[in-house]
Order: sequence, then structure tokens, then C-alpha cells
Amino acid sequence: MGYMLEIQNIHKTFHKGTINEKKALDGVNLRLDPGDFVTIIGGNGAGKSTTLNAIAGTWFVDEGKIIIDGADITNLPEHRRAAYLGRVFQDPMTGTAATMSIEENMAIAARRGKRRGLRWGISRKEREEYKKKLGALGLGLEARISTKVGLLSGGQRQAVTLLMAALRRPKVLLLDEHTAALDPKTAAKVLEISDRIIEENQLTALMVTHNMRDAIAHGNRLIMMHEGRIIYDVSGEEKRNLKVADLMRKFEEASGGELDNDRMILG
Amino acid sequence: MIAEYILSLDPLALLRAMPGTAAQGIIWGIMAVGVYITFRILDFPDLTVDGSLATGAAAAVMLIQGGMSPALSLVFALLAGMAAGLVTGLLHTGLGIPGILAGILTQVSLYSVNLGIMGKSNQGISLTQQGLVASSRYVSGDGRALFFLELIAGCLVLVAVVYCFFGTETGAAIRATGCNPQMARAQGINTDVAKVLALTLSNGLVGLCGGILAQYQGAADVNMGRGAIVIGLAAVIISEVIFGKLCAGRKMAFACTLAAVFVGAVLYYVAYALVLWLRMPSDYMKLFSALVVALFLAVPYLKDRRAAKRRS
Repeated sequence: MGYMLEIQNIHKTFHKGTINEKKALDGVNLRLDPGDFVTIIGGNGAGKSTTLNAIAGTWFVDEGKIIIDGADITNLPEHRRAAYLGRVFQDPMTGTAATMSIEENMAIAARRGKRRGLRWGISRKEREEYKKKLGALGLGLEARISTKVGLLSGGQRQAVTLLMAALRRPKVLLLDEHTAALDPKTAAKVLEISDRIIEENQLTALMVTHNMRDAIAHGNRLIMMHEGRIIYDVSGEEKRNLKVADLMRKFEEASGGELDNDRMILG
Repeated sequence: MIAEYILSLDPLALLRAMPGTAAQGIIWGIMAVGVYITFRILDFPDLTVDGSLATGAAAAVMLIQGGMSPALSLVFALLAGMAAGLVTGLLHTGLGIPGILAGILTQVSLYSVNLGIMGKSNQGISLTQQGLVASSRYVSGDGRALFFLELIAGCLVLVAVVYCFFGTETGAAIRATGCNPQMARAQGINTDVAKVLALTLSNGLVGLCGGILAQYQGAADVNMGRGAIVIGLAAVIISEVIFGKLCAGRKMAFACTLAAVFVGAVLYYVAYALVLWLRMPSDYMKLFSALVVALFLAVPYLKDRRAAKRRS
């Protein structure tokens, strides 16, 4: 079997030719097997979220190729790549439409990658299915299916966004610091839901985090980025035995200096 | 002197003006629904409407002059408006021109287009023209009740159609695009297509309104759309202030909101009639409308800011 995701030597420079020029991605190569759950860590501006945005197609890369399950998506616009992807963002506001109800948001997600015509936006059968899925979250949302998403808490919105991302089984699930804006207790709950959804649907996933402990505890593989490159890639037994101290040492080695990044939570 | 002024006002005159006022309000309500679609659903302040209203009117009048039935001419008024909206949509999404500017560009060019359609700055419909869909003659004649019944029924059908459209998959995609374009794209929605669709639909309604309005007044004028956006916004805002709470949370909240827009437009024209009746100079009406719209748009913002100040 081939790779589920293959990133070949992607480069991206923002504001090229201006005083703000920033080399964000500097030759990133990554191959994911089906079912891989990879956590990504690194300091500010290391290129973690930029890598996810490159895959999602927020903009086009300057160089390199992105292939999902054999299909070259490098030149597809964002909305067409959506057929392959599930996405959850850092800001809980980003992943859902606040003025629309929970069921309407889910119905929109259920049509990802399909033609949208003049059929009614949601069917009775779907509604029952959504209630069941919401019930499994254990947040009591199944009783509030016609509530506007804008009235939910950040954690509830992220949970709904996760459900939406998995509603049509994506080839790759992109989690971009999706618990960073939540309080610790809610963050733990959302992480637990993420784990379960990935496991149940056997998804291939990329999760950006700046919490080293989370990066170690979740997934089967961990990569560290620095200055737009992958500087450390560990999986299997070696990852299971990883300690926060190992990661810090690795980080200092690679960056050639002290860990001076206050956004990197040590765990 | 004040007593003299008050005594000189004739309450019956106000009453006599009401049927015409209501009819005009209901017709403008069609345009206000178009404004609601862009301004509230798509979150796009579309200024095309000042031009597309007259385009619809011009198309209808010229076709009627050419012998087409007035009812059929409205189909072309609708299509003419849709074409205008399509142009704004393509300027914005295809050429990357900011929304407001795209609307202004279309609006300005429509002035020439409208002159081109009519050959001069205004064109009338013959006084003996039969079969008009709406006419100021109808509001005073014997068939008055029937005319209003038909007008209201027509608008309810329109509300039903718009309601159903925004309940479909495509309609939901437009709503998501207006609410959160990033989410929409992540869910595979082509937000450019959604915007163009909404602008086309909205201006189609505005063109339709122009066509009916021209029949009602018996003429189309190249300037008849000037400031139309403000009237549309006023109707939307009046409806939200009065019926916002009433509609929210209902099963058919959106249909209720759309119907309320018509009431908002009627109330706007009642206020207009009142101003005329009080013999205030009608020249100031546009200024008055703009002030009302500015005031109501500012209220939520100022409330927010005061709440923020209190928190800090």
C-alpha cells in the first residue's frame, strides 16, 4: 500500500521581496502510512501550523508536492481539497458557523466533497444519526440539536467540529492546536474525544500542539519542527519511551541554544 | 401660529394617502428582501441595487412599450437585475475587487446601461395600458381589496420561495459562506460561487421590484434607484428592531423575518407619508432616512462599547 499523505520538499516564503520576508517552510518532507497519528511540536514560527495550512490549501506552496492517497492535490483550491480532509482549528469560532444550528452545521459537513444542489439541506434520517453521534460525546448536545452553535462553549464547539470533521471519513484529519484555547479540563476532554474519533474511524491524523506532554501521550509518531524544517521524527517503541526531558534536549541540540520559548509548555 | 398649523392638517388626507403608501411599501419590500440577502445573510454591503432597480424598471417599461404583456415583462426585469448582480459578483470574486467597490462600479456603469435601454432619462407607460401587475390606479378603484389581496399573496409566495431556497443544500452553503467563510471552505463549499449566487439572486429581486414599481408609477426613470440601498436597509432595520425578538427562536424564524421585512418597508413608507402630511420638506427625506439607518446601525455597536467599558 502507498502512503496516505506524502509531502515532498515543500517550500513557502511569505512576503517575498519585502522587509517582512519570512521563510516559513524550508523543504519539508513527510510520509504518513494509513492510520498514522502524528503529533507535531516546535517553537513559535517553526512551521507547524504552516505545514497544516499547506496541506489544507489556505494558500499554494512555492515549491514541492502534496499527495493524498495517491492523488496530487498541490494545485487544488482549498474547497476542493476539503473532500480529502477533516479540519479542526485553534480558535473554536473558526470551525463552525455560529448563526446556524448544530444540525445545520453537521449537515453541511456531511456534504463535504459532494455536489450541493436544491435538495433540502437536512433529512429526517440524518437528524437521528446526528443525535446519536452527539449523544456519544457525553456533553448533552443531542437535546440541543437545533440550538445555534454560537451559544455553545468553546469546548462544545470544538467537540462538534471534531464530529463534523469525521462525519465523512477524511483521508487525513488536521488538528491545529485545537485545544490551545481551552481551559485544561476542557482541553483534556476534547483530546479524549479526538483520540476516540481517530481510533473508531481509524483515521490518519496530524495534530499540532505546543504541549510536550500531550505530544508524547497521543499518537504513534512525533515530529519536531524548527525554522521550517522537520528536525526530529520518532515513532513506535522509541516514542513510547520518550520523556519531556528528552524532547527538551533534542530541541536545544537542534536550535543550538537554550529553550527560550514561553509558548512551549513543558508539561 | 402652531394652532393654525395643526388645524390646517387634514387627518382625512393622511387616511386617503394610506392605500398608496401601503402598496408602495409592499413593493419596496421585495427590494428589501434582496438587501436582506446580501447585507444580512451574505454579510456583503451590495451597492449594485441603486442601479439594478432602475435596470429592472427600464427593461419592464421598454418591453411593455414594445407590446409585451406587463406580467411577462417582469420576468425580464428579474433577469436584468440578476445580470447586474452577476457582474458585481464576478468583479468581486473573479477580479478580487473589494465588495463595496465592485458594487459601486456596477452601479455607476448601470447608469449608462439604463440610459441605453431607455434611450433617454425616462420612459412612460401609456395611460391606457391594460393588464398592469400593479398600478396607482388600482389603489383607489373598486378592485382595491382584490389588488391588495393579490399583492400580499404574491409577496407571501416570494417569502416561501426564498425561505425554501435557503433551506436547501445550496442555500445552506450561502448562509455558511456569509457567516464563516473559513468554515465554509473547510467543508468544501466554493465560497466564490456562493457569493456570486447570492448577489445574483438578490439583484434579481431588486430588478423585479423595479419592474413592478415602474408599472405602479407608470414610468421608469434613470434616477429612480438613487438611495434605494438606504430604503432597503431602513426596511430591514425597522423590521429587526420591531420583530427581531418576536421572530427569534421560532420554528419558522427565517420566514417570519422575511415577512417582517415587508412590514418594515411599509412602516418606512408610512413614516414617509407622515412627513409629507406634516408638510415637512420632502427634500430632506433621504437625509432623514440615512440618519435613521445610521442611528439603528450604531446602536448595537455603542451598546457593545458601553458594556466593554463597564467591564474594564
